[in-house]
Amino acid sequence: MIKKEMIAMLLAGGQGSRLGVLTANVAKPAVAFGGKYRIIDFPLSNCINSGIDTVGVLTQYRHLRLNTHIGIGIPWDLDRNHGGVTLLPPYEKNENADWYTGTANAIYQNMEYIENYNPDYVLILGGDHIYKMDYEVMLDFHKSRSAGVTIACMPVPWEEASRFGVVVADTDGHIKEFEEKPEKPSSNLASMGIYIFDWPILKEALIRLKDQPGCDFGMHVIPYIHERDSSCYAYEFNGYWKDVGTLGSYWEANMELIDIVPEFNLYEEYWKIYTNNDTITPQYFSETSKIERCIVAEGSEISGEVKGSVIGYDVIIGQGSLVKDSIIMSGTTIGENCVIDKAIIAENVSIGDGVCLGVGEFAPNTMNPKVYAFDLVTVAENSQIPSGVKVGKNTAIVGKSELSDYPDGLLVSGQSIVKAGDEQ
Amino acid sequence: MGELSHKRAVSAMPVAGSFKSIDFALSNMSNSHIKKVAVLTQYRAESLNQHLNSSKWWDFGRKQGGLYILTPSITSENSYWYRGTADAIYQNLSFLKSSHEPYVVISSGDCIYKMDYNKVIEAHIEKKADITVVYKNLNLREDDPTRFGVLKILEDGKIAEFQEKPLETTDHLISTGIYVIRRRYLIELIEKSNKEGRYDFVQDILVRYCGNKSFYGYRHEGYWSNIATVESYYKTNMDFLKKDVRDYFFKSYPSIYSKVSDMPPAKYNPGADIKNSLVSGGCIVNGEVENSILFKKVFIGNNCIIKNSIILDDVYIGDNTVIENCIVESGNTINANTSYVNRIDDAEEEGDIKIVIEGNERYII
Repeated sequence: MIKKEMIAMLLAGGQGSRLGVLTANVAKPAVAFGGKYRIIDFPLSNCINSGIDTVGVLTQYRHLRLNTHIGIGIPWDLDRNHGGVTLLPPYEKNENADWYTGTANAIYQNMEYIENYNPDYVLILGGDHIYKMDYEVMLDFHKSRSAGVTIACMPVPWEEASRFGVVVADTDGHIKEFEEKPEKPSSNLASMGIYIFDWPILKEALIRLKDQPGCDFGMHVIPYIHERDSSCYAYEFNGYWKDVGTLGSYWEANMELIDIVPEFNLYEEYWKIYTNNDTITPQYFSETSKIERCIVAEGSEISGEVKGSVIGYDVIIGQGSLVKDSIIMSGTTIGENCVIDKAIIAENVSIGDGVCLGVGEFAPNTMNPKVYAFDLVTVAENSQIPSGVKVGKNTAIVGKSELSDYPDGLLVSGQSIVKAGDEQ
Repeated sequence: MGELSHKRAVSAMPVAGSFKSIDFALSNMSNSHIKKVAVLTQYRAESLNQHLNSSKWWDFGRKQGGLYILTPSITSENSYWYRGTADAIYQNLSFLKSSHEPYVVISSGDCIYKMDYNKVIEAHIEKKADITVVYKNLNLREDDPTRFGVLKILEDGKIAEFQEKPLETTDHLISTGIYVIRRRYLIELIEKSNKEGRYDFVQDILVRYCGNKSFYGYRHEGYWSNIATVESYYKTNMDFLKKDVRDYFFKSYPSIYSKVSDMPPAKYNPGADIKNSLVSGGCIVNGEVENSILFKKVFIGNNCIIKNSIILDDVYIGDNTVIENCIVESGNTINANTSYVNRIDDAEEEGDIKIVIEGNERYII
């Protein structure tokens, strides 16, 4: 195979359980974002825009949607004769057949794939963050310091620093120590989970730690390398970066896109975010439509009122309906005269006429109070909501629900409906 | 096509928000499982060539067949441009001769329609026709038959008479410019025409041989429109504001494909008010848009009023601008506080759609 200077390994195997029903059937990197994208489009687009044309995507949890989306990588220009994107699920080997037990273990099990390209450097990325970064600049930094490993870090507010894995570094970026969620942080640089390793150093560490259960970069590999005195450096990143791991942060990040001048700019000519979708037809607004502060993807037909929302592909919003502060994903139809307030509605959901989502007051969720804690109505993909029902705040609905599921036509705030065949 | 054709060939005209005119013909070819397609270009081909730089969007990038762009080239025998439609085929006769497919479907790139050519080919074989011409019953209230080839069709479908752009006519069956013919027969006819110094396919082959040979008509029932004039281009685009036209092209199988341009979603800021309009990807709208079509990457500033207009790709419209009944050429920058109000219901005015071309400075933020 042709030698590559640097290849990227994208960890996309996680479930993202804190996204509740949104990830019941898909891995978190395949969840839609910003109307037309999926979360994994951001690290993939960053790779090709940075000039990295060889990406291994490690999948594990429910990877069907992710695989179909990525395919052979045409939309990201990753369909190459040499290199390109390769999907790497766990596979059976001679001696054993294991799932990926940790982030580093996943890389260890795919050493053969990496060896194929004989790279000098390996870039480790997560598949569940929204950001734009030129990895080539990070590589230049890594080379300039002759680092063994470079960790991308972001300055966070001092009050928040105790929530993160914090890195203490000198002015040159040389890391002196790590603090995992410290009470009294000595630094406000949080690790972003993005690493560039010298491949020989990473390889040696992975082999040494191969029997470590749940082998993880942050917990095992980096401390091991640091202890053996290989130079660890911190690369400070100051752009927009959002972890969309909880329903609340996911909703907020989407809503930030509809600000008049959004902090995260999707309209930049020279750093495009690519995605895979066949729909290119223009969106239609009828005589009765009203729109304010929204972004809408291709193919949608809007006949109602949409305020402060993010709308995906081929979404139909019926006449007389009001959609406010919500995220409506692709393929969903909303009937006439509905009121949708602060909801996240996943793909291909059909909502009847006269439905009200988000009525009443907040109440803690009975099914999973930690996940559903943000005053949102969350509806999983392929679900159905019958006409005329009302749904309270902080609720979750999965499956083809019928009128009989709603006592008196109302789902009280904090309640959930999970139809058989779909487990949360 | 007026000034609109200064920038590009008609086949590369943007249609319905996100497509180009040639996408319809190409998608129909691909959806009919025709694997080998040649596009003959000559006038202002750069926009078309750029659009067709990769054949994979229409699924032509396969081991069998392919998409070929045939421009006139200098050979040892001649250094002419295409002198007519038949001459265009004559100059590429080797392409036809080296193919093995038995039938040829000829279509122009400036028509908007959806068609399964296999049905036409089946009818062609059944009637043992020499040439099959696809025709349509023109709605006389909507368009003028003297722009087209007018046909007289007999009971069994045979074409009795073919008049090209007659001065006056009461007939309303017009040729759509789509023909099916056997490859070998086409080669024969083209070689004969060239020997006689005849270069136009319609005049010198269709009209000329109509009486002698068996030409049959195939009736097309669906939507069909030709965009070769400013009025018809405007009207065809506005047709896409109707739900049944949109559903016919976009929501029913098979789809129309086009080159993907990776646009971000359209953004609507406070002040945006859209009624009965089509908006494509990459647009940012701050003003009022009514009965209009915005193509890709259009920026509409604050307090603008856009009515009954077509704004082509990559146009920047400054604040407080009014545009009514116009087509704004692509790539333009319209300064703030401009007004292009084209009154077309005044009795004295010509009643034409006005084409706006402005190439002001644009500051990229």
